[in-house]
Amino acid sequence: MELILDGILKAFQLLFSLNPEVLGITLLSLQVSGAATLISVLIGLSTGTVIALNNFPGKRFLVSVVNTGMGLPPVVVGLFVMIFLWRNGPLGFLGILYTPTAMIIAQATIATPIVMGITIAAIQNLPAKLRLQILSLGATRFQMVWFLIREARLPLLAGIMAGFGGVISEVGASIMVGGNIKGYSRVLTTATVMESGMGNFDVAIALGIILVLLCFLVNYLLTVIQQRERPR
Amino acid sequence: MKKFFAPFLGLLILLIPFFASAATAAEKQQKNVILATTTSTQDSGLLDVLIPIFEKETGYFVKTISVGSGQAMKMGEKGEADVLLVHSPEAEKAFIDKGFGINRMLVMHNDFIIVGPPVDPARIKGMKSSKEALKMVAQTGALFLSRGDNSGTHSKEKGLWKAAGVNPEGQKWFQQTGLGMGQTLNVAAEKKGYTLTDRATYLSLKKNLGLDILIEGEPLLLNIYHVIEVNPAKWSKVNAPGAKAFAGFMVAKKTQEIIAKFGVDKYGSPLFFPDAGKKPESLGL
Repeated sequence: MELILDGILKAFQLLFSLNPEVLGITLLSLQVSGAATLISVLIGLSTGTVIALNNFPGKRFLVSVVNTGMGLPPVVVGLFVMIFLWRNGPLGFLGILYTPTAMIIAQATIATPIVMGITIAAIQNLPAKLRLQILSLGATRFQMVWFLIREARLPLLAGIMAGFGGVISEVGASIMVGGNIKGYSRVLTTATVMESGMGNFDVAIALGIILVLLCFLVNYLLTVIQQRERPR
Repeated sequence: MKKFFAPFLGLLILLIPFFASAATAAEKQQKNVILATTTSTQDSGLLDVLIPIFEKETGYFVKTISVGSGQAMKMGEKGEADVLLVHSPEAEKAFIDKGFGINRMLVMHNDFIIVGPPVDPARIKGMKSSKEALKMVAQTGALFLSRGDNSGTHSKEKGLWKAAGVNPEGQKWFQQTGLGMGQTLNVAAEKKGYTLTDRATYLSLKKNLGLDILIEGEPLLLNIYHVIEVNPAKWSKVNAPGAKAFAGFMVAKKTQEIIAKFGVDKYGSPLFFPDAGKKPESLGL
């Protein structure tokens, strides 16, 4: 119990003293996971919409692959990204293993199926006749898709939150491809693992609290956007 | 229509440079040196002191990947690291013999200790020989936690079991954690078991553990660290000048003086003893 109180005290101490190392780690967590989520939204939202709106052979198979991908174990992603990025691996010439870029790649790989899967479900959940109705009102195809995305914004933003939540709290892949390098690729999760390994449980708890606060802030922001215009 | 998406898109566009900076910072970093090392050098905090000095002196950027000695050497074998700081002498010799590494140099030592719960169920406290102590642990069936991760500490432990003539594999009282030293000590503390640890990690964790030192001070328990440059003849992508600079830095007089003082203010005794330039025989090897 004393340890938990120590941790909470330490968290506030680190936050309010604006400890540069902790600030750096927090900022990097936000940057890496934010960039990964952004990439996953670009790919997942567009591809997911295309899959949802078109009928083609093998669609069920593809959707079940995407749905399986929603539960893709981060360590497996980390392992494969690491093997591809090794100096002597297929993409070794890029020289980006143990960099934040590698972490963004791994995390985007984890988040994309989550955003895509929820997008497919959200768009398909709209009434089937809505499309016909929009088109009959003279909308172009692009306008129709735009309208459908807008119509499904509640679940779509939930998908983005799930993607972000999945990657910011992720540790296995980040430590494998980022290396937990001090002042460079150390993020909140990998720092928490390291500090607990070093027996600095107060610092570990403090970092954990900062991580939860960060998650809350980002999700609060997204929720404000999500709830701005309640469907009547 | 714009009511919903305009602020959202605006936010995303504003954030792009912020996110991109994480990626571009990576590309700017030239002259990287990848140091594969053991968890003990990182967990004790020694590298946090030494590496900033090295970076300032030479302009290299060190990427410390802290894994066990075994994995560090695997990275060296594949050319995925430039320089190694490891403590697994037998495996290191094999590594050099196979041509994966060059210029192996003695850096420092500390020692291994056997720690356990204060009640000491196998009654090994004060024994002079680690062999006898491990035999007792096996005979009494007291719980023993092993790293089981091919780290330097794990290979040392395997050597000690062999010397004691005990094969602990598959025994009920023998558990492998597959974790780093700090975490294995935590497991040993929770389960009230014995374990072999390096003194530096034990001292840095001691306050939360409730484990006592039971066996110490035997030449067999010395823990010796070497720096090895990965052979650039095997792997063209290895940063040979960077590796050489780092190895030279570790054995330089100034660095060795820092090592000798490291930990004194916090623990009352140094965590590592500098050995650069000494012959291995002088340590009783």
